Amino acid sequence: MSLALSDVQRIARLARIRVTNSEAAALRDQLNGIFRLIEEMQAADTAGVAPMAHAGELAQRLRADLATEPNQREKFQAVAPAVEAGLYLVPRVIE
Amino acid sequence: MQWETVIGLEVHTQLSTASKIFSAAGTAFGAAPNTQACGIDIALPGVLPVLNKEAVHKAIRFGLAVNAAINRRSVFARKNYFYPDLPKGYQISQYELPVVERGILKIRVGESEKTIRITRAHLEEDAGKSLHEDFHGMTGIDLNRAGTPLLEIVSEPDLRSAEEAVAYARTLHTLVTWIGICDGNMQEGSFRVDANVSVRPLGQAELGTRCEIKNLNSFRFLEAAIRYEARRQIELIEDGGTVRQETRLYDPDKNETRTMRSKEDAHDYRYFPDPDLLPLEISEDWIEATRAQMPELPEAMQARFQQQYGLSPYDAVVLTGSRAPSAYFEEVAAACNQGKLAANWVMGELAGALNKADIDIAQSPVSAAQLAKLIARIHDGTLSGKLAKQVFEALWAGEDDVDAVIDARGLRQVSDGAEIEQIVEQVLAANPKSVEEFRAGKEKAFNALVGQVMKATKGRANPAQVNNLLKKKLA
Repeated sequence: MSLALSDVQRIARLARIRVTNSEAAALRDQLNGIFRLIEEMQAADTAGVAPMAHAGELAQRLRADLATEPNQREKFQAVAPAVEAGLYLVPRVIE
Repeated sequence: MQWETVIGLEVHTQLSTASKIFSAAGTAFGAAPNTQACGIDIALPGVLPVLNKEAVHKAIRFGLAVNAAINRRSVFARKNYFYPDLPKGYQISQYELPVVERGILKIRVGESEKTIRITRAHLEEDAGKSLHEDFHGMTGIDLNRAGTPLLEIVSEPDLRSAEEAVAYARTLHTLVTWIGICDGNMQEGSFRVDANVSVRPLGQAELGTRCEIKNLNSFRFLEAAIRYEARRQIELIEDGGTVRQETRLYDPDKNETRTMRSKEDAHDYRYFPDPDLLPLEISEDWIEATRAQMPELPEAMQARFQQQYGLSPYDAVVLTGSRAPSAYFEEVAAACNQGKLAANWVMGELAGALNKADIDIAQSPVSAAQLAKLIARIHDGTLSGKLAKQVFEALWAGEDDVDAVIDARGLRQVSDGAEIEQIVEQVLAANPKSVEEFRAGKEKAFNALVGQVMKATKGRANPAQVNNLLKKKLA
């Protein structure tokens, strides 16, 4: 898979990022490089290789079940765009 | 055409921990909005989740209780979806490697027993709550519930009727409260059921297209929703339509299900391992230490009650509906050595009185020791069943000693053969009409005579002796 200049310009527009033509060409080359890397990885034979869940070779550390967090609602809500009656207000959600 | 309903259940049980699954915020129900939502729960940038050991411990307990495999290594994954009650934009869950896999749960429907397979149980975090009342056209968000630990328990599609689904849900509810991992409070959302329902022509191996009914928070709604949904699908197919895979909501007011959204497939959630969390490793030692702490489970206790106390399967199931009544029963039965009588009293008089007073067995004014003594007095012939109820009422009202109640109220049963015989003769002499009727073949007349004897003794005559004596005299 490789991208044309027009693809890059379209993606930039969708992402609301302004790019010049020369920037777009450089981005196209970089993105195509990433695609080549992905193709290379996909070509690797992974039969019999256990999927890696994490780059760290460690296991999850566990914490004791203690409720120690103080109530900091006022601080958190001081930076929220809209609050009322202790609730965060968001644009209406319709399911 | 004959149709078969196929049901699988997904049950979300809130684990009864003091703190959240990935943060140290509290989990108490009913706190003021957002006072138990810390930086991790509201997804402030830069925070990291740390797993609660107790949540894992409770998952292990569940795995042991359903004879499941407990994975020594399991992985947390991000399930991506976008609702404001999920401020990270993803839910931390488990996907390919859940903590518990392949368990079984035995259920009883009527006289038959059935084994239901549990596919998996995985740890995940609960979402917050959206409040849609009008906040100037906006939605209010309370994130107190966000991050509450959940164990999602998924069954295989092994259930074949609404009754079986309810029996499974009830058995599971009993089990999770029994082993102390969930408070089971359905009104507060601690135990929420999603039902996957499909229909197929009887005998067909292939499964039909299923619909998922979300968030059923009572057994009654679960049963009604499945019945409605199965009927809807059958009628749709019989009318030449096809079932569309979707998520539906049950409306208890109208007793119907309706479309909520077309069903997402797993790939819509773009699951991937959460880089913020390392794989969860559970040691053999941890599992074995947990196994050693497991209480006797309801199923084992039911078998033992039948064997040890001669109870029917039904009585055994009722008495092991939760731990407190089973312990109370056992204390009574052991103290009076009368299993069947103890079961009758615990499930009958005591349960009725508790129900009427709307209190828990733990608050019963009649202790197990008192009830055992009362039953012993029935067994040794001091009390008739009927008079025993008067003693029970006195104990319930606060009186203390069974024998003192019996003596103070003159409730001692008359079992003196000579005394009863004398009364029987008086009654026969005074009721020649009844005697004649009985001899003429009217069975009812016999009962009338028994009634007269009981009346003459103020209900204290031993009924078995009265019956025997009357039969002898009338022969």
